Amino acid sequence: MVSSIPKDSQSVSELKEFYRQMVLIRKFEEAAAKAYSVGKIGGFLHLYIGQEAVGVGSIAALTPKDYIVSTYRDHGHALARGLNPKPLMAELFGKGTGISKGNGGSMHFFDRNAHFMGGHGIVGGHISLAAGIAFASKFKKEDSVTICFFGEGAANIGSFHEGLNLAAIWKLPVVFICENNHYAMGTPEYRALAVKDVSVRAYAYDMARDHIEGDEVRKVRDHVQVAVERARRGEGPTLIEVSTYRFRGHSMSDPAKYRTKEELEAYKKKDPLMRARHELELGGIKTEELDKMDLEIQTQIEEAYEYAETSPEPPLSQLHKHVYAEDK
Amino acid sequence: MAILTYREALNRAMVEEMEKDPSIYLMGEEVGHYQGAYKVSQGMLDKFGEERVIDTPISENGFAGIGVGSAMVGLRPIIEFMTWNFSLVAIDQIINSAAKMNYMSGGQFPMPIVFRGAGGAGGRLGAQHSQAFESWYAHCPGLKVVCPATPKDAYGLLKSSIRDNNPTIFIESEVLYGSKGEVPEQEYTIPLGLGEIKRKGTDITLITWSRALGFAEEAASILEKEGISVEIVDLRSLRPLDENLIYESVKKTNRAVVVEEGWPVAGFGAQIAYLIQKNAFAYLDHPVERVTQMDVPMSYAANLERMSLPNATRVADTIREMLQ
Repeated sequence: MVSSIPKDSQSVSELKEFYRQMVLIRKFEEAAAKAYSVGKIGGFLHLYIGQEAVGVGSIAALTPKDYIVSTYRDHGHALARGLNPKPLMAELFGKGTGISKGNGGSMHFFDRNAHFMGGHGIVGGHISLAAGIAFASKFKKEDSVTICFFGEGAANIGSFHEGLNLAAIWKLPVVFICENNHYAMGTPEYRALAVKDVSVRAYAYDMARDHIEGDEVRKVRDHVQVAVERARRGEGPTLIEVSTYRFRGHSMSDPAKYRTKEELEAYKKKDPLMRARHELELGGIKTEELDKMDLEIQTQIEEAYEYAETSPEPPLSQLHKHVYAEDK
Repeated sequence: MAILTYREALNRAMVEEMEKDPSIYLMGEEVGHYQGAYKVSQGMLDKFGEERVIDTPISENGFAGIGVGSAMVGLRPIIEFMTWNFSLVAIDQIINSAAKMNYMSGGQFPMPIVFRGAGGAGGRLGAQHSQAFESWYAHCPGLKVVCPATPKDAYGLLKSSIRDNNPTIFIESEVLYGSKGEVPEQEYTIPLGLGEIKRKGTDITLITWSRALGFAEEAASILEKEGISVEIVDLRSLRPLDENLIYESVKKTNRAVVVEEGWPVAGFGAQIAYLIQKNAFAYLDHPVERVTQMDVPMSYAANLERMSLPNATRVADTIREMLQ
């Protein structure tokens, strides 16, 4: 493992915070997987385990006024935005206390106040929504930036190309972040992408591009920061491809038999959590302190689990509510 | 009262609303410099500038998504589809994003967006440019569906659609853009979900909307000379639907026929027929009938197109049979 040692106390405490967020995501999802396997969570459950450094690093480059648009694999992004795990877990359990009142589920976390603009379930469909949010920032002359996460599978759908083209011609303040985990469900990238490097598609739209490895959280933050600042200066969008890996299948129902054990083991050696932990130790943080932090997070997740389990289901009167908004 | 064309009435409604509310913008292909493919946005670029009257490349899915995203953060977009035929490449954004956003977010994201443009069949435009899609969109909860037939209605209904906090499918009739009618000079709105009796009668209720109102009125005039009195209900919007207006009329006439431009199978007329038999069955002297476009894609050939479309003769024949 090539490791970078945090140079000063500020970068140590920053990395500690990133580590905390990544552990929070990991443990949240492990708890969710457990709940799913005993039937407490229904539907699809797409886990983010292995990709944590991408969401945490990217979102660390944002301010509260910026916007985040996510996919059906949205738990990590929501937690990295700082959303409370309790209403998130309650949403997975389909409870009225959920972040989307139980109407959304795993794929549709929304938090208007946190500018968390949703998990979206149609592959690539949300890319032009993100461009639309960025369009609105420009229209209103606000300097908010929108970041949009999607997988490499989404890079083949029309909405990707239309969204990127419109964002480029109008110089919209948006950063497109392709989390390339190398499999679109069970289809490996070499069978789906004519040109394997998604980021070079930026050339087709005269757009800035970047391509990074996604196991080093501070590096992700630094690169995304550059793109966010470019967008904020009014210089338009960037397409960033972050190479990463999901340790689990596409969703809980996928045993991921299309890939080898060796491949998985090789990627597990690049686990972003292990890496951050190692770097913290090199930076002088004691193992006991990190263990203590892990334990605290574990307790926090258990509380979220308990909260979700004991929360009431949404009232039946909610069924017809929110189909239409209240009148102006 | 001013005499305006259907397109002028739509233009006036948009201009007035945009003058009042700076969060409204118009976006679509050729809406700006070209002055609108059907000239509905004539003059608006000069008035509001390129920041609010925005030409797009040909990418319906993309700019429909831009509209939805911008509506999530407080803008009030009017998205023009050059014709509703092209909306099919944006239907994912309309149904999966716009129609469901407020619901799946637990009420966090109202969707004040209007999708509008030319719809309907005819004019020898062939199979891909000649079809009526209101039934498709009326199928989806979360959307409102508006289909005005007159300049007066077009003006009042578009203003209501723009002010509504929900995604509105506003289908204009391509063949009616040049039609003229009286439009009050004073500002007014027409609430969505309020139909209108366009002609009073006693023998049969004819339920319709948009361009098919013309077929209905023509048929009613023919039948009047034969001593048959037709009442015409113009629904104006399919979602929300003015159900009571339908039932009140059927209770009076005891017979109903639906006239629509769209295809028959799973068409909106089927829903109306169901509602009437469910809620006014005791008043019916005859099964509800429908006059629709034929169950085929549109042919280019003039005679086959004529045969395919509903018309006054078919409406009148259907009514005569029902009254025998």
